[in-house]
Amino acid sequence: MSDFGQIGFTEEQIDMLNAAERFCREKSPMDKVRSLIEDEQGYDTDVWKEIYDLGWLGIAIPEEYGGVGLSMTEVVPVAEQMGRRMMHSPFMSTTLAAQAILAGGTEAQKSEILPQIARGAAATLALSEQNGDWELAHISAVATPDENGYRLSGTKTFVADLEAADWVIASVKIKDDVALAIIPTNSIPDGAIRREVVIDETKRSYELNLDDIVIGESDIMDVDKTDAALHHIHLAANLLIAAELTGAAQSCIDYTVEYLGTRKQFGKLIGAFQALKHPTVDAFVDYQKARSLLYTAAFNFGKQGEGEIATRMAKAKAEETLSFVADRSIQFHGGFGFTYDCDAQLYRRRAIFLASQYGDARYHKQKLADLLLKA
Amino acid sequence: MSAEIAEFAKDANAWFAENAPGPQDFMLPLTFMEVGTDQQFDFLRDWQRKVYEAGYLGAAWPKDYGGGGLSQAHQDAATKAMKAHHTPIMFNTIGLGWAGPLILDMGTEAHRKKYIKGILSGEDVWCQGFSEPENGSDLGNAQLRAVREGDEYVLNGSKIWTTHGHYAKYMILLARTDFDAPNKYAGLSFFLSPMKVPGIETHKIRKLTGEHGFTQTFFTDARIPADGLMGAEGAGWQVAMQTLMYERNAKGGQAGGYSITEIDPLEILDLARKAERGGKPVLDDPVIRERLVDFMIDAQGHRQSMARAKIPPLNQDCPQAIPLMAKLSMTEYAREINEFALSLQGTKGGYYVGEPNAVDDGYWHRHYLNAFSATIGGGTSQIQRNIIGEHALGLPKTR
Repeated sequence: MSDFGQIGFTEEQIDMLNAAERFCREKSPMDKVRSLIEDEQGYDTDVWKEIYDLGWLGIAIPEEYGGVGLSMTEVVPVAEQMGRRMMHSPFMSTTLAAQAILAGGTEAQKSEILPQIARGAAATLALSEQNGDWELAHISAVATPDENGYRLSGTKTFVADLEAADWVIASVKIKDDVALAIIPTNSIPDGAIRREVVIDETKRSYELNLDDIVIGESDIMDVDKTDAALHHIHLAANLLIAAELTGAAQSCIDYTVEYLGTRKQFGKLIGAFQALKHPTVDAFVDYQKARSLLYTAAFNFGKQGEGEIATRMAKAKAEETLSFVADRSIQFHGGFGFTYDCDAQLYRRRAIFLASQYGDARYHKQKLADLLLKA
Repeated sequence: MSAEIAEFAKDANAWFAENAPGPQDFMLPLTFMEVGTDQQFDFLRDWQRKVYEAGYLGAAWPKDYGGGGLSQAHQDAATKAMKAHHTPIMFNTIGLGWAGPLILDMGTEAHRKKYIKGILSGEDVWCQGFSEPENGSDLGNAQLRAVREGDEYVLNGSKIWTTHGHYAKYMILLARTDFDAPNKYAGLSFFLSPMKVPGIETHKIRKLTGEHGFTQTFFTDARIPADGLMGAEGAGWQVAMQTLMYERNAKGGQAGGYSITEIDPLEILDLARKAERGGKPVLDDPVIRERLVDFMIDAQGHRQSMARAKIPPLNQDCPQAIPLMAKLSMTEYAREINEFALSLQGTKGGYYVGEPNAVDDGYWHRHYLNAFSATIGGGTSQIQRNIIGEHALGLPKTR
């Protein structure tokens, strides 16, 4: 078969997997997840401190900028285990913001911001707008030159974890070109931020009104690298989302299997009925493939060509897998599945939310078709 | 990859480049279950012998019994070279893939000396006597009777869906030696049985494709040597289960090569390029494109899962999951992609083998219909789901 990338692993990746598996299991039991849903901040400050004290924010940041000097390959198992335990924190948004700066920032921006992130400062991205378009270049927010630098206008949506961030990197248009602007969050005026109601209640997402924010000339990232940076952000985001989805699929299967092995009807454990057993097995087989595709993507992420193909495949498969598992999990839990108390809804909502971010399965398959199906 | 393996791989590639037979003027079977004519049989048997004699089959099996005495990595390199050169299949699958590793793992020294070399050279063709007309998925209920008389067992009953039954010299056979055992499984025994003895008759069965390919095998007071018993009398179920592990690729030790040609999604791209709808290639249709990509994702997911199965740290939660799902995943994919290939042929989807206007001589139609041999044989996909559910996920037993 044609070469879409071969699976592999690094020793550091396995170390991260083992450490993250234990950490997330211990720090994020489901009752904790439930209580954080009710919490405005949405994450545990102490756990967040532990995450950055462990150095995880700097995994993919080069050593010269204060990071660990590994790559996204080693971030994947952390994202996977966080997804598995539904552990929320600004980890994903900050990791992606660091990737954005690495891919498109000036040397000065890298030297100033990346070491702070590696030490625990949060950052986030503001790329989406009201048009709901996954094509990151299709935006209408504007940066207009004025005497001190640029005056911004427009509205960004789905800004993850903005309340925790010290910087937000927003895509804006300067004349006809898209640029990335690094906005220190202390320059955002009161009232410019509104928390959005999103279907995944463990997540925190905000709308950001850019009007009247003024930034300096030096806050604009390298304009020659904008296209490459957006492409990199798109793929890095999808890689981490694939990891979250895959981890969640694993725990959703476990949750469902547990119920099928304890609930009795007609004098039998319901998992003995093939009408429930077989779809659960199909989900499990899908999950195994999703995880293989995820680790193939993780291992090949840095490679031109294979990295993109493997990442899109991983996201598409992981999203379809969690959607199917969680949908069946609701159904197989019967009346309880229809309640807020059943965790199946958390997984179903997570799949819908993550499908909506950076392209759903069908979108990625269209991209793959363009890459793979030459006429 | 060590330098030694790399050298071996290089030699293998050169050998297969030189020796791989190209297309023939008759249709070559894509799977070992499709051998239906003497012409196909003779061709595949010659090919297997040639590959074995070149050292690219059984490379990892012990030298004492006829193997190459090298490592699994050597054989894997040779198998990879076969795939790369699109060579014909290794047809003696039941010997190479199931009976052979079983004999090596749990047979006696005498068994190994007697059987292994003939399996590799193709001289001794093997078949399997598991399913019976009344006991298919419920294999544990097999009723063929084996009664010990001195140094022999006397067999009475019938086996069915016997691939290569007509050609086989030996059969791996599951028979009932004890009709009063405490449960149906405990009464079973496992034999390495000769086929060419009085009282064993094979009757060809016509497949859904219209061709021949397997037989029903009748046993009437057939006497076989008692030294063909594998394991203890009454332990046949465990031996049969181990055999099925090899058959489903859930356990290693096979001689190498492949017995089923995998369809690469890119192979059906040509069909999509050639077929037209409204004067445009079907390949422009977004629905068709999405479906093609689905097959690519599935094939890649399967392939990388097989590779992940060999990486223990990425399998800790359930090491047996991928081996157990291999058969279900591969055979259902083959059935679906062959079916999809028919839909890419427009009106010509209605032709069949023998029609001069048929696309690729009806290749896809034949392979779609034949694909069921693998989704049914060796335990149906439905039985596979029970096994995965119960053994990998720990779900309650259905039976």
